[in-house]
Parts: sequence; C-alpha cells; structure tokens
Amino acid sequence: MRQRIARLWADHLRWHPTANPYVRMALWVIGGVLAAAVLIFGEPSLLVNGLLLGAALALAAIGVTLIFGILGFAHFAHGDFMTLGAFIAYGLLVGVFPALGLTQTGLGPFTFGFPLLLALPAGVLAAAILAAALDWLIYRRLRRRLAAAMTFAIAALGAAFAMRAVIRGTMQAGWDTQIGQLPRESRQFIQLPLDIGIPPDNLFLGLAAALLIAGLYLFLSRTRTGKAMRATADNPELAKVSGVNTQLIIYWTWALGAGLAAVAGTLIAVSQAQFTPLLGWKMLIPIFAAVILGGIGSLYGALLGALLISVAMEVSTQWISPSYKPAVAFIIMLIALLIRPQGILGKSSQDR
Amino acid sequence: MSLLTAANIVAGYGPVDILHGVSLRVAPGEFVTVIGPNGSGKSTLLKAIFGLVPPRSGTITFAGRDITGIPTERLVLRGLGYVPQSANVFAALTVAENLEMGAFVRKSGVPARINEMYELFPDLAASRRRRAGNLSGGQRQMLALARALMLDPQLLLLDEPSAGLSPAVMQTMFAQVKNIQAQGVAAIIVEQNAREALSISQRAYVLADGGNRFEDDAAALLHNPEIVRLYLGG
Repeated sequence: MRQRIARLWADHLRWHPTANPYVRMALWVIGGVLAAAVLIFGEPSLLVNGLLLGAALALAAIGVTLIFGILGFAHFAHGDFMTLGAFIAYGLLVGVFPALGLTQTGLGPFTFGFPLLLALPAGVLAAAILAAALDWLIYRRLRRRLAAAMTFAIAALGAAFAMRAVIRGTMQAGWDTQIGQLPRESRQFIQLPLDIGIPPDNLFLGLAAALLIAGLYLFLSRTRTGKAMRATADNPELAKVSGVNTQLIIYWTWALGAGLAAVAGTLIAVSQAQFTPLLGWKMLIPIFAAVILGGIGSLYGALLGALLISVAMEVSTQWISPSYKPAVAFIIMLIALLIRPQGILGKSSQDR
Repeated sequence: MSLLTAANIVAGYGPVDILHGVSLRVAPGEFVTVIGPNGSGKSTLLKAIFGLVPPRSGTITFAGRDITGIPTERLVLRGLGYVPQSANVFAALTVAENLEMGAFVRKSGVPARINEMYELFPDLAASRRRRAGNLSGGQRQMLALARALMLDPQLLLLDEPSAGLSPAVMQTMFAQVKNIQAQGVAAIIVEQNAREALSISQRAYVLADGGNRFEDDAAALLHNPEIVRLYLGG
C-alpha cells in the first residue's frame, strides 16, 4: 500500500504545474514576501501568542503524523479526540468536581485552579483508551482484510461524526447548552518588553506542550518501545521479523496520538475559557495544514508546520477578522501543496 | 539429528499454492543452499519456515520442537533468524538502532552483543551513527546480516543475500557469511548466484514448480553436468 501511495505521489509530482521552474520560483518569492511581511509588520504580541498556541497545535499535528507513519492513513477523527479530552475535563470541572467541593480557580498566575491538573490526565486517559479500543474494534479488522487507505480514512470520518454526536447529545442532556463556560478567574496579561502581552493560560499551554514534545522526542529516541515505534513506521514487516509485536506498537501509537490530542484540546478550551463540541473539528484544517506543510510522516515537520501555521493565523488577525483564521491555514496548505507537495521536511519521491 | 526438518510443506498466497509439498532438513552448523528457477518457491519456503506465510499442511520441526504455524515474533526467541531479500534494514534508523531492534526481544546483554557485531563487521562500527538508508548496498547487506545475528540464532534464513551487489562486494559478502559458519550458525541460503552459495555450503536442494527436484552434496552439485547446465548458467 505504501509503495502504491509513493508511486501515485511520484506521478502526481511529474505532472504537477510547478514542474515548471519559473512557476516554482514565483511561488517561492510570493511565500518569502508574505513571510517577511509577517515578521516586519506583524505585531510582536501576535507573533509570540501564535508560537505558544502553535505548540498546542503541534501536539495534535504530531499525533496525525505518527498515526500516518505507522498506519498509512489520514486520521480525520483526530480533532474529535481533542474534543473528547476537553469534554471529559469540562465535565469533571463543571459537573463532578463541584459536587465533591473542588472548585478552586486562579492557580498562580493562571485563570484555572488545580482541579484542571486532575481533569487533564483523566481526559488523556479516556482518549487514549478509546483510540486503542477503536483500533481493536475497527481498524484492526480492516488491516486484516487489507483494506485500502481510503477505507480507513472514511472509517475515521465515521468515528469522528459518531464521537461528536455523542458529545453533543451528552452536552445537551447534561447542561442544556452547546457552549460550556469553564470555571475561571480573571487575570492580568503577562507583560513583556516590546509591548508583548501574553494571556497567562497561553504561557501554560505553550510550556506544557513544549515539555510534552520534548518528552515525546526522548521517548522515541531513547526507549525500547519508542524505537520499536519508529522501526514499525519505517518497515513493519522487518519489525515483525525482529520480534516486535506490531499490533501492540499500533495500540501504543493510538494511545499516544489520542492522548496528546486530548491535552491539546483541553489546553485550547482553557485558553478560550469555553468548551464546544465543535472545538476539535474546527482545528482539523489547521492540523492537516500543519502536517502537510511540514511533510506528512515527519515529526519535526509537524512541529515546524504547526508553529508556522499558528503564527500566520494569529498575525492575520491584525488585518482580517479572526473568523478567517481557518481560511488562512487552508490557503497556506494550498500554497505548500503547489510549491512543495512533499512538505518542508518531507522527502520527495526521488530521494525515497 | 537435524536442527530443522520441514516435511511436505504446502503454502502460498491467497487461494494459490506456491509450495506443493516441499521437504528439507538442516543439520546443526550446516549450510544448505536452495536453488531453482524464478517462481519455484524458494523465497516462499523461507517465509513458510519463518511463519510469514502460514503453511496449509506439512510440519516444521526446529531443535526437536514443532514450530508449524507459530507467529514470527515468537520464533525469533527460539533461535531462528531471517534476512529478507529487500528492505532488510530500517532505513530511517541508525546502524546502532538497527542492531538494537535486532535484539528487541532480549532485555539484557544487548550492548555487549552489539560490540561483538562491530568486531565481526568493522565497516558497521565506523558508521554506527549513520542512518541505514545512507549506507552503501554492501554495508546495508552487512547490517541486515548483523541485525539477524543479534539474537545469536542457531539457524539463519538468507533470502538472496547477494541481490543487487556488485561482484566485488558480493565476494566480501560471501566471505562474511562464511565467517558466520565458523561461529557454529547453520543457514539456509536462497541464491541466484548459486555457484558462490554452493561453494560455502555443505548440501543443496533444487526446487522446481514448488516441489523438490534434486538434493545432493554441494560439491557434487557443482560438478553435476545437468545441474550446471540448467541452473548454474553453463
């Protein structure tokens, strides 16, 4: 299947309009001018907050790229795993914890309280278990049947719709609304030189995401399971031959990808101070834009792509309405597909 | 006593049988070459022994125990190693990481074994931090061999170890394989370059159309005019 994808990709590149070097150069120049405009005229605050939010986007994008690397399909339910993580956290913070008398807000400089630090792992665990269970229930059977990548992607889309429907229904039944407010305390922005103002929750989000990404890097490069995961992504047949239980590695991949998505979803809900069942779905375009821009399957690519997309989305709000943010991500994704379809850090089909 | 006995193996892909009852045995420390025309089922035989293509009938006994139908990832624990013909290294991983993956099921003594491999294959020691994808064809084949040796197997299954190598590199490769024999490892070698493989083997089988055609001492096969004419290119 991978070889077939590679061959399709090679054909695609050969007939691509940018096989023409002049078109290619022109698009590079346009991209460069846009990037320079952002750096020179962009407000430093938007730049910094874009980077912090980009770290959360990267958590989600890394999951998509990991799952693509090992399983070879686009995981369209990734956004809804973000929603699930955030929803579990919301349910605990608004429903369960107050009943137990846990209602603190305003931890340190942040708007939330320590209950969030209990709710976050609960959401991660729920997302990780559900993702592994869905593999056991659906994707494992599709693999056994040697189903096409498109079948997997459509199955993921189905899972996405089902998850969202359940969350919407539970929201409606439990709180009689589709927009939930998270408990919070008003806090001053953190002021840095150059007139840079950062909402404190964004700082928490950026730092937590950076720590998790560093942890993931150590996991993949230093631990036995992490190396087996990279080996399975590289050559599943040879991994099996080496004695790796690839099914177990696949469960790990799901748990890790969905867990990171749940963290990203929860932190984004906290930074927006509200939860809606559409939270993750709305992130799907920026996530895929980041993954494609960086190069599908490349972890560093996903990180870089997420930071670039996020900064571009934030800075764009200086000139256009924030409701156009997904369009900005989408346009960057289209430009990336035109200039460098294999992504910034992706390998072209020639040097594969 | 044989180290490995395969008796009347029937196996194939989907509804099609490739092997129609192949039998083969390997004594401890013995090198056995399997030759035969393309499509005769040589590679499928290795895959059937290693559990990658489940046999439909027949039995495989290894070191006195029935291993028919045991999943691949459990066979490596029993002293069987396999080097596939193509894509036989983890291209995205470094040389050192490839060797570690070779010993994935082993939890201790891995660094010591890696050092033994570096002694056996000095070329690999010099490039331990390089990605396997950036190695030359010959180095890759060394790495594939070393990866399969990490668990100290009693029997190594080699699928076309000389495929895609230049004649000079191929000579080095066969010299290395011969070195392995000195360590008491047995091997089944499937080869197109049958002369070289036969020259380091004790016995050989000729397969045709998924069945046993001929079996003899390797040296005798090399001097059998009919075999030379049919399979060794005159």
